[in-house]
Amino acid sequence: MSNIILETHNLSMKFGGVVAVDNVDFTLRENELRCLIGPNGAGKSTFFKCITGLHKPSSGNIYIQGEETTHWHTHEISHLGIGIKTQVPNVMDGLSVWENIWLSARRYNDVKNANRRVDSVIERIKIGDIAKRLVGELAHGQRQRVELAIVLAADPWLVILDEPAAGMTGVDVEIMIDIIKEINRHAAMIIVEHDMQFIKSIADQVTVFYQGSILMEDNVDIVLADQRVRDVYLGRKV
Amino acid sequence: MQSISQKRLVSGVILALLAMYILPNFIEYSTLSLLIIYAILALSLGLIWGFGGILCFGQAAFFGLGAYSYAVFAVNIGESSIPFILAILTPALFALILGAIMFYGKLSDVYLGVITLVVTLILFRFANSTAGPEYAIGKARLGGFNGMPNFHTLNVPGMPDVYIWDLDFYYVCFILLIICFISLYFLIKSSFGRICIAIGQNEQRIELIGYDVRKYKTIFFGIGGGLAGLAGALYASWAEIVTPGLFSLSQSAEIIIWCIVGGVGTLSGPILGAVILGLLKYYLGQQSLVDNNLVIGSILVLFVLFLPNGLSPALANLWVKITVKTKSRRPNTRRKKVSRAVRGIHNE
Ligand SMILES: Nc1ncnc2c1ncn2[C@@H]1O[C@H](COP(=O)(O)OP(=O)(O)OP(=O)(O)O)[C@@H](O)[C@H]1O
Ligand SMILES: [Mg+2]
Repeated sequence: MSNIILETHNLSMKFGGVVAVDNVDFTLRENELRCLIGPNGAGKSTFFKCITGLHKPSSGNIYIQGEETTHWHTHEISHLGIGIKTQVPNVMDGLSVWENIWLSARRYNDVKNANRRVDSVIERIKIGDIAKRLVGELAHGQRQRVELAIVLAADPWLVILDEPAAGMTGVDVEIMIDIIKEINRHAAMIIVEHDMQFIKSIADQVTVFYQGSILMEDNVDIVLADQRVRDVYLGRKV
Repeated sequence: MQSISQKRLVSGVILALLAMYILPNFIEYSTLSLLIIYAILALSLGLIWGFGGILCFGQAAFFGLGAYSYAVFAVNIGESSIPFILAILTPALFALILGAIMFYGKLSDVYLGVITLVVTLILFRFANSTAGPEYAIGKARLGGFNGMPNFHTLNVPGMPDVYIWDLDFYYVCFILLIICFISLYFLIKSSFGRICIAIGQNEQRIELIGYDVRKYKTIFFGIGGGLAGLAGALYASWAEIVTPGLFSLSQSAEIIIWCIVGGVGTLSGPILGAVILGLLKYYLGQQSLVDNNLVIGSILVLFVLFLPNGLSPALANLWVKITVKTKSRRPNTRRKKVSRAVRGIHNE
């Protein structure tokens, strides 16, 4: 079996009385594409924020490539070579698409190589037609793609995305699916997702969150056929 | 894009040099010197606010600190070159420390405003309370509310006896303003500057990309502090006295108003705002019919309501409209550029 690149031990996150993440043990291996699913409020985003340093977990530990990163800052975790996209679109609206991507490319490259990298990412994500536009002027789906380009420009070996297809329709979703598959050829991925259709078309291994804990973890077909998962999604108690 | 804006920079500098020679024919050079000092001060806030999104309510603190540092060191050293440099470094260091506390402490923008305001108040109270002889740094007595007179004003570097007065002082101030402007122009075009601008737009995204946002903001804040210190040093030489009033809240408020009226998010805006409002204040000060603050306040309200982006973008807009009517056959592409200019950031 290939190496473990990310794991959590007894990870918990409490907000006052609310236990958003409850003793989660999670492992991710090289080249994997893992989907985290679960109903609203299951704790997926909170788990995502813990492993990316956006929240300081209440208890438990996080290890990335064997190194404990539990209390690291987001920029330090990112610096390990991890690309992160939050659930809320996070872009610089007042800057051009090109400039947005450049800022990411410049993090690990000198100016000349950064410029070159931006051009190659723009080609890879197929956003050449909007490269000069201000991001604030773009449609939702395009902005999501720009954010993915920002993530990719840093050449990450692990990509963690929170609901990359949220609010997207039709063609945009198709494009996003293609991009994700393409990214996974070079990097491991964790994708938090809500939409069952979307999950069916990309997922392999799936982890189901429910009330802060892992309900089950298995191959996508088995998970989607499972009665408990269906109940959870329909809002029935298990 | 790059070459167009650099052409504009060159033509702007040439215009400024022309203005430098012409203006003394219309306005007293001592008034002009003060306006230019104000312009540098306005630039210091215009930089960190307009490009880094850091709204500091206490920029006067660094201005006053620069002026006091200059005076204290000048009294002790007896020439102006080293005091001048120290007057930039002291407030820069102070801003770095204050910035580190605020940004590493993850203070929200509101608290940043409150803290910078409170620090200014403390310095103001402190400067006022230093009347006793025990408040002395070396040979320099701080002098409380009376302030500190009798220090060595600006001299030619290496020649303590050759003072830079009057018209020469005005030229020195003007050249320094131009140097500041050009330096800041290249600063905001640099990788560092572009990252700071992006932080001003979306801090979390830059953190997610892997930059230590706290570090960048602290350094940027420090640069603003140093620039305000430069203005303070020049002011000390201009006024030949430094008083606690330099730290006053009204001074801080004025800097903010200059930036708003001139245009936040541009480099030319704060300069324009400081010069025009400074001049207005000067003329209003010569009469007693209307209250100074009332007029400045009304202007601020009018701008916030009707020209929220400030003068500089509006003038750029107007200029483009005129040239489009007379020259260009491609009004559409032109207009797109204007809308960018109005949004700030890209129009320097
Ligand atoms: N900052 C916060 N403060 C307090 N409670 C929070 C906070 N963030 C999340 N929660 C709570 O934690 C629980 C898990 O929320 P989380 O956002 O992680 O769910 P999710 O699985 O991502 O849901 P969704 O599919 O709607 O995005 C919810 O009950 C939510 O109300
Ligand atoms: Mg969520």
